[in-house]
Amino acid sequence: MAGYRELLARVRSEIEEISSIEAHERHTAPDAPLFVDVREPDEWEEGHIPGAVYTGRGRLEQRIEGLVPDKSRPLVVYCSAGSRSAFAAKALEELGYLDVVNLAGGFSDWKRNGFDVTIPRVLSTEQRARYSRHLLIPEVGEDGQQRLLDARVLLVGAGGLGSPASLYLAAAGVGRLGIVDADVVDESNLQRQIVHATDRLGEPKVLSAKRTVEALNPDVRVVPYQERLTSENVDRILGESWDLIVDGADNFPTRYLVNDASVWHGIPVVHGSIFRFEGQVTVFHPGVGPCYRCLFPKPPPPELAPSCAEGGVLGVLPGIIGSIQANEALKLILDRGDSLAGRLLLFDALGTTLDEVVVRRDPECPVCGEHPTITEYVDYVEFCNAVTLN
Amino acid sequence: MAAIRIPPTLRAEVGGVRQLEAHGETVADVLDDLVERHPALGPQLLADGELAPFVNVFVGGEDIRTLDGTETAVRNGDSLILLPAMAGGA
Repeated sequence: MAGYRELLARVRSEIEEISSIEAHERHTAPDAPLFVDVREPDEWEEGHIPGAVYTGRGRLEQRIEGLVPDKSRPLVVYCSAGSRSAFAAKALEELGYLDVVNLAGGFSDWKRNGFDVTIPRVLSTEQRARYSRHLLIPEVGEDGQQRLLDARVLLVGAGGLGSPASLYLAAAGVGRLGIVDADVVDESNLQRQIVHATDRLGEPKVLSAKRTVEALNPDVRVVPYQERLTSENVDRILGESWDLIVDGADNFPTRYLVNDASVWHGIPVVHGSIFRFEGQVTVFHPGVGPCYRCLFPKPPPPELAPSCAEGGVLGVLPGIIGSIQANEALKLILDRGDSLAGRLLLFDALGTTLDEVVVRRDPECPVCGEHPTITEYVDYVEFCNAVTLN
Repeated sequence: MAAIRIPPTLRAEVGGVRQLEAHGETVADVLDDLVERHPALGPQLLADGELAPFVNVFVGGEDIRTLDGTETAVRNGDSLILLPAMAGGA
């Protein structure tokens, strides 16, 4: 009976091997072979050859046909020093793989030569548990969860829409949430603004939201902007590299400011608005679909602006619309599914109906059209004041 | 006869109903008929006798600005959606 050394020597004589220098040449060639890493998970997590696929030696035979269905595909198998992968290469040949070579010297020799190494970002044990229901969805998985953790979303408004949106984005692990709101928590907010609480009355909304959100998920960092969005500060705030904006503002001047700024900064906006029993929700994606001004070129006259009329809202309505906004935001971050760009959803809570209308990009749009007529911020001030003064 | 969806922002002008019916062969005719029956809608929908620029009208889910404007044909049974901008979010 052969001992380990004899067995290893025999296996190595039966397979093909290449040096790490040759492997590196093949790695950079146009039709590079697939590198298969057969080490232990912790070794993989500390760094691996760029583009390699991972399957531990223990489950290699079980998993490889799923990973590499084409048995004629050239493979370079490696472990840390070339011994485990020698056995792996032999096993692959026995499974019918036609072009398998072992990386002699393994990953250690690859690193010694100073060749590129990828250090994978891995979820912690706590994160694996927290996001397990995401990890189970093929459309999210570990890559998607990393995207969410890397994502930066700016919420305009920490009110009715911003409450559910911030809670669900935080729960989903969106790593950075900017929240813009100048107000403090008022008793009349609590019928619907579920990110706040009775013990926060009088507290700035951005700080109350930060407290709730960071308690829900310590992976999330909230950047509070306790200010009203204006033409003075909009470039500074939007300039802090946000991937997208969730617009839950409560007035027309801010809506138009967010729109114009988002077009000029090239940031998609997930737009929601609510009134009594009815909500509207859509995505304005610069360069992809229409903007707010394609739909509503300019605000209505103040006396007809419903936002100023304090018309009331059913408490759960912002929960529904804000959650749809969170859904759109997550899809945009994950780059999955079809966004609401070009479609406006109308939700009627009384009839429980959902209608959809088409919103097209307007070539005559004053902001995103072919010949823009608006090229600097418009301050629609005195908007609501005009109503009170009437 | 067309069914017209009245947005919540305009329901006070029509006694609180969510949907109304009106007659006409074009969007302009239908709106005229609607305003005739519910004069309080006039200032909310029209400016100088024309459709106000801040009100969007959709026929069959399409914005009439991408069709034939207020001359867009309305067939029996079509549904019209009136959509004024609303800004509320809090």
